[in-house]
Amino acid sequence: MSWVGIAVLAVGTYGFRLAGPLLRKRLHLSDTLKRYLELAAVALLAALITTAALVEGHSFAGWARPAGVLVGAVLAWRRLPFVVVVVTAAAVAAALRLLGVS
Amino acid sequence: MRSPIRTADPLVRNVLALCAAGFVVGLSFGAIAAAAHFPLSQAVGMSVLIYAGGAQFLAVGLTTAGAGTVAIVLAGLLLNARHLPFGLAIGDVLSTGPLAQRLLGTHVMTDESVAFALAEQDPAARRRAYWITGLSLFVTWNVAVVVGAVAGSALGNPDTFGVDAAFPAGLLALVMPSLRRRPAARVAVAGAALALVTTPLLPAGLPVLTALLGLLFAIGVPAEPAEPTAATA
Repeated sequence: MSWVGIAVLAVGTYGFRLAGPLLRKRLHLSDTLKRYLELAAVALLAALITTAALVEGHSFAGWARPAGVLVGAVLAWRRLPFVVVVVTAAAVAAALRLLGVS
Repeated sequence: MRSPIRTADPLVRNVLALCAAGFVVGLSFGAIAAAAHFPLSQAVGMSVLIYAGGAQFLAVGLTTAGAGTVAIVLAGLLLNARHLPFGLAIGDVLSTGPLAQRLLGTHVMTDESVAFALAEQDPAARRRAYWITGLSLFVTWNVAVVVGAVAGSALGNPDTFGVDAAFPAGLLALVMPSLRRRPAARVAVAGAALALVTTPLLPAGLPVLTALLGLLFAIGVPAEPAEPTAATA
């Protein structure tokens, strides 16, 4: 990623952050728009999570990684602490690789 | 003076726990960025200047997938657009004080600092919660990214430590509360399915963006209640 990209994303993000306090007396985001913004974020994240778990480039990432992510997902669904989820997912993937799973 | 850990103040305890988690995620980001051949300066630059974990991970993920800068920036901006309603929600927190302080305070606006602020009712308590959370996380995150990036390259292939599984799992843990509501779950499944299906068909980076078409599954969804019901929480 280029420094120009980082700079543009940084300025844009700061703009989003600043716009609220700056404009809050003049701007009213409809509830519908707020909902769609939130859902858009969820859709992007879900897509990233799924492809990151399963795909490396254009091919399958092997079984160890999605297995680790799946275990992490179950723990996250069961509301276990964030740290437990992340460490366990990594440990499962690492352990499987140690056992020779790709 | 009592140690902050022993203090009965739940805010400090929760922020400490949050920072512990943030440290792990930051470590992970630093290591993953290093593994993706981002120079240390860029990993640090992103973390200090953009300071948004979701967009940072997205940027690294898309870069690894070969996406162009324009696609990455657009995706990152869309992901970070939620800071606009955040700022509207906590505008009162940033409405007092010297300009320089308010501008800095704006930068540490994240899901967490906003959430902690909104949990308080009194304006002074809100400001305190926001600043304690915001500053603590900013420092924690950036220190962690440096450590992760440096230690990451020293440790060699992060795959042996399963770091590549830690990142999607961590993101999933952060997104999980949103996924417990049916409209968001529907959009998430649609988005994920679209991305997976288009992966062999589209140039690198675009499949994730096709997830936005999953929003079509949100049209016609009735407005959510303000509070999650017991059945959906």
